[in-house]
Amino acid sequence: MSIRTRNWLLLAPAGTLFLALLIVPLTVVLVFSFGERAPAGGVVPAFTLEQYANLPARWTAFKNTLTLAPIGTLAALLIAYPLAYFLAVRADPRWKTILLILVIVPFWTSILIRSYAWIFLLGGRGLPALLEWIGIDGVRLINTPFAVLVGIVYGYLPLMVFPIYVSLERLDKRLLEASSDLGAPPWRTFLQVTLPLSVPGIATGCMLVFILLMGEFLIPAMLGGGKVFFVGNALVDLFLQSRNWAYGSAVAVALVVIMLITVTVYMRLLNRLGASRDDVAIM
Amino acid sequence: MINEEIDASTLADSQKPIAEFRNVSKRFGSVLAASGLNLKITKGEFLSFLGPSGCGKTTALRMLAGFEAASEGDVLLDGEVVNGLDAHHRPVNMVFQHYALFPHMTVAQNIGYGLKQRRPRLPKSLITEKVGKALDVVRLGGYENRRIWEMSGGQQQRVALARAIINEPKLLLLDEPMAALDRKLRKEMQIELQNLQRQLGITFVLVTHDQEEALSMSDRICVMKDGKIVQVGSPQELYDRPSNRYVAGFVGTSNFFDGKVTRIAGTRASVLLENGVEVEGSSVSQVSVAQSVCISVRPEQIKLHRKGEGANVKVLNRIFLGEHTEYLVKHETLGEFFVLSPRQSELNDGPFNTGDVLFASWEASAALVLDSN
Repeated sequence: MSIRTRNWLLLAPAGTLFLALLIVPLTVVLVFSFGERAPAGGVVPAFTLEQYANLPARWTAFKNTLTLAPIGTLAALLIAYPLAYFLAVRADPRWKTILLILVIVPFWTSILIRSYAWIFLLGGRGLPALLEWIGIDGVRLINTPFAVLVGIVYGYLPLMVFPIYVSLERLDKRLLEASSDLGAPPWRTFLQVTLPLSVPGIATGCMLVFILLMGEFLIPAMLGGGKVFFVGNALVDLFLQSRNWAYGSAVAVALVVIMLITVTVYMRLLNRLGASRDDVAIM
Repeated sequence: MINEEIDASTLADSQKPIAEFRNVSKRFGSVLAASGLNLKITKGEFLSFLGPSGCGKTTALRMLAGFEAASEGDVLLDGEVVNGLDAHHRPVNMVFQHYALFPHMTVAQNIGYGLKQRRPRLPKSLITEKVGKALDVVRLGGYENRRIWEMSGGQQQRVALARAIINEPKLLLLDEPMAALDRKLRKEMQIELQNLQRQLGITFVLVTHDQEEALSMSDRICVMKDGKIVQVGSPQELYDRPSNRYVAGFVGTSNFFDGKVTRIAGTRASVLLENGVEVEGSSVSQVSVAQSVCISVRPEQIKLHRKGEGANVKVLNRIFLGEHTEYLVKHETLGEFFVLSPRQSELNDGPFNTGDVLFASWEASAALVLDSN
């Protein structure tokens, strides 16, 4: 068997899956998005831009997604970084494994069940009741953007923790000693050595969480109570409730395009950040 | 070997050592990594900590750098106790074992890092200028904007060196800096380091397990074992007057014959060897009658003859080394030992071959009576 054949064999399973489950469905969705609505679901083949012209009708869903996904990513980063830092740098090696397992333990239960728990916690008899008891009245948490934010940060935190943890764990601790030896106090060592060297982990974590948040529908549905709609919820509604496949396809295509643009811009920015560090002689 | 001027200046400054260990011990949990260290490091000298891994030499260095705090005793820098002082406050810089260069910075950014940390801030132009000079000192001019991973091992080491010396530290600490270099490059760097030390006048403290490295570069060597200092002295002192068997074996090579002291007369001692033969040797340290000792004779101090006096030995192996020839010989009761013969002495008696039966002898002054430990 030649190397070439073997290479193809290595790629075959993933390639087939990719083609069958991504390229083909996406093409179908793209074709549908130019069609017309059929009465009982399905699409009447056509070439019309009508569905795209209708996109502003779902503006709220796009707005919610495009604000809560970045905010959620940022919040997850701010919570995950100190945690990952503690696990990678400070934690006693004997406890490390146990602590890391604790980070993923929530994943052992379905997000559905965990979201129910949050419904209770944020609902009338949960946190607001507690606040009322200490004298803060009239706080409504459930079915607000805040509830959705709490839900998504909680749900996706491990995905942010792990890439950052790995990049901090791999960081050569002697570099920190070298920085200290050269006269940098701990916080400046963090800003000049630790943080820049953990950028790859931050970038991966943000990318993972952001992309998944853009497609999220379960958490907004449960904790937003139909008041905080994501694009994902719009899609569920259009395909399963209103059975408007053509319009749903246009919304899906729009979401994919937005994601592609954001990710491309993001990658460019990262590359430029990496490149600019080369040019500066001494910062 | 030692520069006369530096010798004179070290004498003048010897009242006040640049660094000092006063009865310093360091515990890691139940492990005693260093115990009862007492050492004065003289300004401008090149001092090496020599010993096998785990002997405490790196711990000693890290206590000077400020990465470890002494469990007991005092560490002094320039006359001041610095026990609790963090590394970033110490006027001391280190060249790390694997250099620990910042991978996300250029060569110039790495070298300028220490100057950039100064408060009040130094002007950028001054930093750039000093970085340029430091690069010239380590012969890397023009490499400012290279990335660290674009540099070879030897170049990386120079960058590490430049990054440390640019801060004009009171002590330059070197943690096995040559361990990752190949033999030829190591030799070059050794010479370069020595030159640099004389040129800059900075006190160098080197940690190494390589006796050759310590012997060739240091003004003084501090031999360590099991967390303790065994002997401190110039390379010549350690070689000629080792305080015990450990030092004699670690600094250079030697032949050892075990025995017990029978008589002491001044610096001479008679030792009854295990084979029943009594030999005379010179005692460089305190020994007492009936003490278990060993006689140490350097291979080059033993002479081989075809006829005459001495112990009867048989040549087992011969290795031609150019200037010298190394013989492994065997004595009936003393066992095997090494002899290093200069070429000149061989020419008289003709080269010796494997199987030859010869006489081996040494001067009583060359036989050192040493504590067996």
